[in-house]
Amino acid sequence: MDNNYSNSRYQKQMLLKEFGKEGQHKLSLAKVLVIGAGGLGCPALLYLAAAGVGTIGIVDFDLVEISNLQRQVLYTVADIGKPKAETAAQKLKAINPEIQIVFYNKQISNENALELITGYDLVIDGADNYPTRYLVNDACVLLNKPLVYGAVLRFEGQVGVFNLADPISKIKTNYRDLFPNPPDPAYNFSCNDIGVIGVLPGIIGTMQATEAIKIILGIGKVLHNGMITYNALENSFYQFDISPNEEAFMAIPKDTPAFLTFNYEWYCNPMHNFEITVEFFKNLLSTEQLTIVDVREHHEFPIVDDFIFKKIPLSEFETGIFSISRENKIVLFCHSGKRSLKAMEIFRSKFPEVEAYSLQGGMLAWEKYKK
Amino acid sequence: MEINLLSFGQIVDITGKPALKLSGIDNTDDLSKKLIELFPLLKSIKFSVAVNKQVIQKNTLLNQNDTVALLPPFSGG
Repeated sequence: MDNNYSNSRYQKQMLLKEFGKEGQHKLSLAKVLVIGAGGLGCPALLYLAAAGVGTIGIVDFDLVEISNLQRQVLYTVADIGKPKAETAAQKLKAINPEIQIVFYNKQISNENALELITGYDLVIDGADNYPTRYLVNDACVLLNKPLVYGAVLRFEGQVGVFNLADPISKIKTNYRDLFPNPPDPAYNFSCNDIGVIGVLPGIIGTMQATEAIKIILGIGKVLHNGMITYNALENSFYQFDISPNEEAFMAIPKDTPAFLTFNYEWYCNPMHNFEITVEFFKNLLSTEQLTIVDVREHHEFPIVDDFIFKKIPLSEFETGIFSISRENKIVLFCHSGKRSLKAMEIFRSKFPEVEAYSLQGGMLAWEKYKK
Repeated sequence: MEINLLSFGQIVDITGKPALKLSGIDNTDDLSKKLIELFPLLKSIKFSVAVNKQVIQKNTLLNQNDTVALLPPFSGG
């Protein structure tokens, strides 16, 4: 034994001149956090553990399902129904008992992201949804941690390294420089909807592990400020360069308090899905029982007498929200439709299961429509 | 003047092919207009544009044989 690891285990990689004893030592000191122990996370975790990364953190709140086994190669039939993070940790421990493995059977969120990530040197994004991807990106920007990004769909995958400065130009970029805005959920495809070939996350997740090892060792050409796309059907690789996008940078929460209050779920599922037009509202009024809430302040006009409503001004909405009956569909309105959107955001964050809508254009649109 | 257009991910479903050639386009703003004219469904999809493998953020002049890639985000993991 040398240090905390056995030389014979790592003999093959230590023969590489880029690796050697020194490289192995660097790996043994490294702490890598893998977000998501799914299609990308499984192969990344396997190779990082096998290579001897000293501390590996695994975050996942999901349970193993039979439909995962097609690509999430750490799990077996016997694992179905068990938590992924914990199960993955056991498998890795069996492969390499010489390393530290920490599992978190929970969803990464605003509340825990900074605390989780801060204890690691590098993060691997193996998430399967946009809110988590933007959240992890922003947390890594705030904490100045390198982020190895990967994503897959059907026969195509993307891999990139974010938030790691180019050694010469000192420029660094992040996910938002590549994709400043999340896609419209109505047109947002996921593997659950349109599928993915199992080997693809295997390839992309392994590329993520490769980049992580290169970064830790400080060897080779790292994919910072860049992204590679791989198409398994076409056998094509394309590499793209990314440069900083000032506007996108402005959208990143600037400090911890701003990060804690940033609603990523909401950000990626834009509110216009929950806006209704005055025509639709009129139709709802005649067909359904509604709970209608006026979020304008007490002194505002016009006074509405076309329907029955409850008044909870936006300034009192946080406390007044609990007095809203949640039995019926809820429609919130204000003067122009902006404050009711804000109220909707608050309402949906508290009661995501309740159908609630904001009246587009507010009373201005309603008055116009009536005439 | 002719440019090469590469589509990725779900954009291929809309453009019909991973690679196309387009002519008579001077810059990326013109290209966006032309693309929406040719493929109206592209209007509802967010994607990044790379010219000769560099992701761009503002209108960029296009030259003969330039390669423009349309890159949508993926979320699958």
